[in-house]
Amino acid sequence: MTTTSHPSYLAPKRRRGSGLTTWADRHIKWLFTAPAIVFVALLIIFPIAYTVFLSFTDSASSVTRPFSFVGFENYGKWLGDFERFWPAVGRTAYFTITALVIELVLGLAIALLLRKTFRGQSIVRVFILLPLVATPVAVGMMWLLIFEPSIGFANVLMKSLGLPAQLWLSGTDTALNTIVFIDVWQWTPMVILILLAGLSTLPEEPDEAARVDGANAWQRFRHITLPLLMPTLAAAAILRSIDAMKTFDIIYATKGRTGGSNNEAETLNMLAYNESFGNSQYGSAAALLMLFLMFIIIILTALTILRSKGHRA
Amino acid sequence: MITRSRRNRRAALAAPLALALAAGLMACAGGGGSSEKVTDLTLIAANSPWTEGLKDLATEYEDETGVKVNLEFYGNEQLNDTLKVKLNAQSSDFDIYGYQVQDIMREFSRNGWLADMTDYVESDADWNWDDFQESSRDAVTLDGVVYGVPVMTERHIMYYRADLLEAAGIPVPTTLDELDAAAAKLNDPTNGFYGIAMRGAKVPLVTQFSSFLYSYGGDFQDEDGNATVDTPEAKDAYAFYGKLLKDYGPPGATNMGWPEASAIFAQGNAAFYLDADSQAYTFLDPASSAVVDTVAYGAFPEGPAGSHPYSIVPQTVGINEYSKKKDAAWEFIKWVTNEENSKTLLADDTVPSARDSSWADDAATASFPAGLVEIVRNSEGTVGHDRPQLEKVAQAREIVGAPAISAIEGGDVDSAADKANTDFQDLLDGEK
Repeated sequence: MTTTSHPSYLAPKRRRGSGLTTWADRHIKWLFTAPAIVFVALLIIFPIAYTVFLSFTDSASSVTRPFSFVGFENYGKWLGDFERFWPAVGRTAYFTITALVIELVLGLAIALLLRKTFRGQSIVRVFILLPLVATPVAVGMMWLLIFEPSIGFANVLMKSLGLPAQLWLSGTDTALNTIVFIDVWQWTPMVILILLAGLSTLPEEPDEAARVDGANAWQRFRHITLPLLMPTLAAAAILRSIDAMKTFDIIYATKGRTGGSNNEAETLNMLAYNESFGNSQYGSAAALLMLFLMFIIIILTALTILRSKGHRA
Repeated sequence: MITRSRRNRRAALAAPLALALAAGLMACAGGGGSSEKVTDLTLIAANSPWTEGLKDLATEYEDETGVKVNLEFYGNEQLNDTLKVKLNAQSSDFDIYGYQVQDIMREFSRNGWLADMTDYVESDADWNWDDFQESSRDAVTLDGVVYGVPVMTERHIMYYRADLLEAAGIPVPTTLDELDAAAAKLNDPTNGFYGIAMRGAKVPLVTQFSSFLYSYGGDFQDEDGNATVDTPEAKDAYAFYGKLLKDYGPPGATNMGWPEASAIFAQGNAAFYLDADSQAYTFLDPASSAVVDTVAYGAFPEGPAGSHPYSIVPQTVGINEYSKKKDAAWEFIKWVTNEENSKTLLADDTVPSARDSSWADDAATASFPAGLVEIVRNSEGTVGHDRPQLEKVAQAREIVGAPAISAIEGGDVDSAADKANTDFQDLLDGEK
């Protein structure tokens, strides 16, 4: 610490408009936005930039160990990996699309039902939101118990209905679908909530006019409610699809680090987690996450283009 | 007026800037100062019987010395994740950590994340490092450097239902073939009862498969460290392990780690359960176990090459290399692992101690299940590792676990073992 001489800008001001104050005056817009810019840089830009940086290295085990630049080697490794990477891409796509479609259809149906006023409506609305507020890991543990093949409730129910017992989460073929079911159970309420908000803003006149013209309930839904609700539906779809692609907690809680013994529930997020925290391969995990990010951007861009085209049509 | 408001604005700006500058300079002046008296330590570890016992001991230590020991406990995987995040950031916000030697000692010591404790453990003759079992001392030593103090030991044993075996007139199996026959006889899947429960999920099963592998005369690696999971012995061991679960195991076995498999046994739905002896307490708790009075313990059965269960150190305490309170950390470790406290932990919390003196004390072992003490005292033929020995243990476990999955699912074990051996060897070559 220097105590002998103060830097010039801390010295008493001799003349107006000198040094720091003038500089501050000139750049006042930057100065006042600086905290926000620094904040954004620290929390968003730095992690992404560091991930990009790592993805071109062979960093492993500890980021403080020496590592070398390997160019696109990590990316090449993943794109040529038909054992883990491409199946994970397929599972991520399957999981996202299946869960999204079911959630949108179910969410829309329930939202339309809840739109009409009826006795006990508020209780039903609260009840339906309960899965949404539950902690995902706790939800995973709960379903793991319910779907336990020998002592779980699901198979007791199946047997009492005269149906064959299933392996559910434990089966190689059934695990991913069971997780889709859990995701639908947990996240359909959010879709309902968004769609209910959208429905409450719709004008009633077109619907009444169609009713006067003799349109039946299906026609009014198909040609009036649905087109008017489209922007809300699209918003719900985008929100849910991003969330579904990134799903981690439920899969981790029910299938563990490798997504099952045959990696049957290993999505891209799970694979990246395993590569970084399980295997300590930071470079290759970073490349995987960059690929994942690119997939998401491509899909979102496609969705946005489709949406704007839909608006014009 | 304009100039006045400008001046005010300038003053308003100058004050926080000067403050920020001063704060920055003060921060630079801080740091260092390790000679201060330590008033608190932080220990992080994975939940185990040992951490349960530690809660009382930490309070006692604070009363005696005035040093508060903050305890943070996690699940096994969560602990490893936490450690990797903190140590990659060179964090000094914890001083002591509990860890699984075979999982992380190689990797962490090479990363410079574990403090060298060789001088510490040899510094005090009264504390007596030599009282720790030789196999345990070996386990925490790598290339002549001691990286921790073992606080728990663990062996592979056979849990069985004494009542069912007696009723069916079956003697306690002493060989794997007898185990196979007994499991077959007691298996009754139509009534939801299974001959045997064991880990069947790819990664968790590796450690429990290891004793089968050794008892068949195989190992994961040979003396030179090369992969040997494609030997005839290894293939037979894989096939046998898979057969037990395929023919007499509960449905969905490939999704089971120890919590799931032990739950089946604890619910009274399986005749045998082979896993670590440190889980005995879960079957002795009436709140979660239906077999408190009927569970019994047997030594790991003999295979074609004899009975060679693993005997390992599942919990070790080491010091964070980035800690600023290493000496104080050692003082606590020394105290908590001394002869007296090791006996207390064994007696009160059934923590299988790594000290010979604990096991020689009948008063200390009194609370430990009777049949189990003999198994612990007789360590003949045991093997000191229960998983592949290399830095990339996690990847290796995925590889060598795969043939067992093939076996459980009735697939082609031989070709799966051949493929696993090739992949494992590639992984080993990559570390040379």
